[in-house]
Amino acid sequence: MIGAPVAGRRWAPRPLIANPTLRWAVRLAILAYLAAAVMTIDVNWPRVAQGVERSGRLLGDFLQPDFTSRWRDISIGILESLTMTVVATAAGVLLAIPVSVGAARNLAPLPVYLVSRAYIALSRTFPEVIVAIVFVVMMGFGPFAGLLTLTFASIGFIAKLLAEDVEDIDEGQLEAMRATGASWWQVIAYAVVPQVMPRFVGLSVYRLDINFRESTILGIVGAGGIGATLTTAMSRYDFDSAGAILIIVIAIVLALEYLSGAVRKAVQ
Amino acid sequence: MPVRTVAGRRVWRRRTPRANALAFTAWVAGGALVVWSAQLISRQTIWMFVQDAPEQAFNLFARMLPPRWAYAEQLLRPLWDTLNIATIGTLVAVVLAVPVALLAARTTTPHASVRALALLVIVASRSIHSLVWALVLVFLVGPGVFAGVVAIALRSVGFIAKLLNEAIEETDATQIEAIRATGAGPGETLAYGIVPQVLPAFAGITVFRWDINIREATFLGLVGAGGIGLQLNASINSLKWADASVILVAIFLMVLVSEWVSARVRGSIT
Repeated sequence: MIGAPVAGRRWAPRPLIANPTLRWAVRLAILAYLAAAVMTIDVNWPRVAQGVERSGRLLGDFLQPDFTSRWRDISIGILESLTMTVVATAAGVLLAIPVSVGAARNLAPLPVYLVSRAYIALSRTFPEVIVAIVFVVMMGFGPFAGLLTLTFASIGFIAKLLAEDVEDIDEGQLEAMRATGASWWQVIAYAVVPQVMPRFVGLSVYRLDINFRESTILGIVGAGGIGATLTTAMSRYDFDSAGAILIIVIAIVLALEYLSGAVRKAVQ
Repeated sequence: MPVRTVAGRRVWRRRTPRANALAFTAWVAGGALVVWSAQLISRQTIWMFVQDAPEQAFNLFARMLPPRWAYAEQLLRPLWDTLNIATIGTLVAVVLAVPVALLAARTTTPHASVRALALLVIVASRSIHSLVWALVLVFLVGPGVFAGVVAIALRSVGFIAKLLNEAIEETDATQIEAIRATGAGPGETLAYGIVPQVLPAFAGITVFRWDINIREATFLGLVGAGGIGLQLNASINSLKWADASVILVAIFLMVLVSEWVSARVRGSIT
C-alpha cells in the first residue's frame, strides 16, 4: 500500500554516529564552535556594502582588460615568473632525487632517513610566501630569492611523494638484482629507477604547474615575478591592467595544467 | 625491438636511432631553456646582495634565536582567527561548491551552456592564488578576518567543485536509474541516487581542502586579510625577529596538527 505509512515505523537513513548521546554532543559542540567563530569575526557592514558596489566596477574593469598600456611591465613580470618556474623545477627535480632516496626507509640508513624526513617536513609545512620572506631578507629583492624559494619547496614536495613510491617498490626486483652481485648503485639503477620513473616524471610536471602558480604571488613579498606588477596595478586602482595580468596567468595555468595532465597520462 | 648490426653481430639497443635522436634533441632543447632562463634571472639579480647572504643568514638566525616565548600568549587570538578563516571559509565554499558541481557534472547539468558557465567559474576560482583573492577582497571589503574568510571561500569553491564534479560524473548510473524506476522525482533521485554515492568523496575533499586552507590562512595576513600572517608581517617589518620565530613555530605546529587531523579523518572514511 503506497502512501499510507505504518504509524511509528518509517524508514530513515542510518545515522553516522550510532550512540545518540555522542551524536548530540558532537552536534552541540559544532554549533558552539560556529557561534563562537562567527561572533569573533568583525564585519564592517557599511564597508561591505560599499564593496559590493565597488565589485561591480572592478568586474567591469576586469572584463575590459588593458594589455597594452602596461605591456612592458606585464611582459617582464610574466617572463620572470616563467623563468623562475623553469629553473626552480629543473633544480628541484635534480636535488629531489638524492633526498627521496634518503627518505625511503628501504634504501637509506636511519640517520640519513631522519635528516631527509626532517627536511621534507620543514619544507612542506611552511607556505612558499613565508619561505620567500626569509630568502628575500638573506638574498635581497628579486627573482633569485623566488628561485630559491621554489627550489626549496619543490625538493620537499617531489622527494616526499617519490619516497613513498620508492618505499612501495617490488622487493623481488631488488633481491633479484642483489642476487646477481650488483652493487648499491647498480641496484638503484636497474631495480629502483625503472620502477619509479613514470611517477617521477609525473611529479616533475605536476610540480612545474604548481611552481608557476606560486611564482605569480612571490612578487608580493619582493621575490620576483608577476606578483609585484599585480600588486602595483592593484594599489594604483589600475584594474584593467590587473585584469589583463589575471587573464594571462589563468591562460598559462590552464596550459600548464593541460600539459602536465597529458604528460602524466602518457607516462602512466 | 631495435636491433643493429655492428661488426657482423646483432646488438640490442634500447631505442631506434630515430627515437634516440629525438630524445637527444629534447634533452638539448630542455637544457638550453633552463640555461637561458637562469641567465635571465641572473641578470635581474643584484649579486652584491647575494654575496653576503651567508652573513645575512647568520645574522638572521642570531636575531631569531632564542625565540621570545613570552610572545606566544599574544598569538592565541591570531591563531583562533586563522582557524576560523580556514574553517568558516571552507564551510562557505562547500555551500557554494555543491550547486556549481551539480551544474558542471555531465550527468546532472540541465544544459550544455550552463555546464560551460559552471566550468568557467571553477577555472577562474582555481587558477587565481588565494593571496591574489585576498588582495582583491581587502580592497573590496576592507582589511580584516572577513576578507580572509571570503578569499578562502572563493579560492576553495573551484577546488571542491572540480573534485566533486569528477566524483558525480563517476557515479554508478544503474543505481540512479533504479531510484528513478521507483517513480522518484529529480530531487529524490539526487537525494537517494547520487548523494549516497558521492558522500564519502565529498567528505574527503572537504577535509582535504580544510587542511590546505589552514596552511593558506597563515599567510593571508601579509596583505591584511586577517590571521597570524598579520602578526608575522608586523614583527618582520619592525625587525622583531625573536617574535617572528615564535610565530613561525606556531604556524609549523598548526599546519602539522591540521595535516594530522585531515589524514586521520580521511583514513577513517575510506
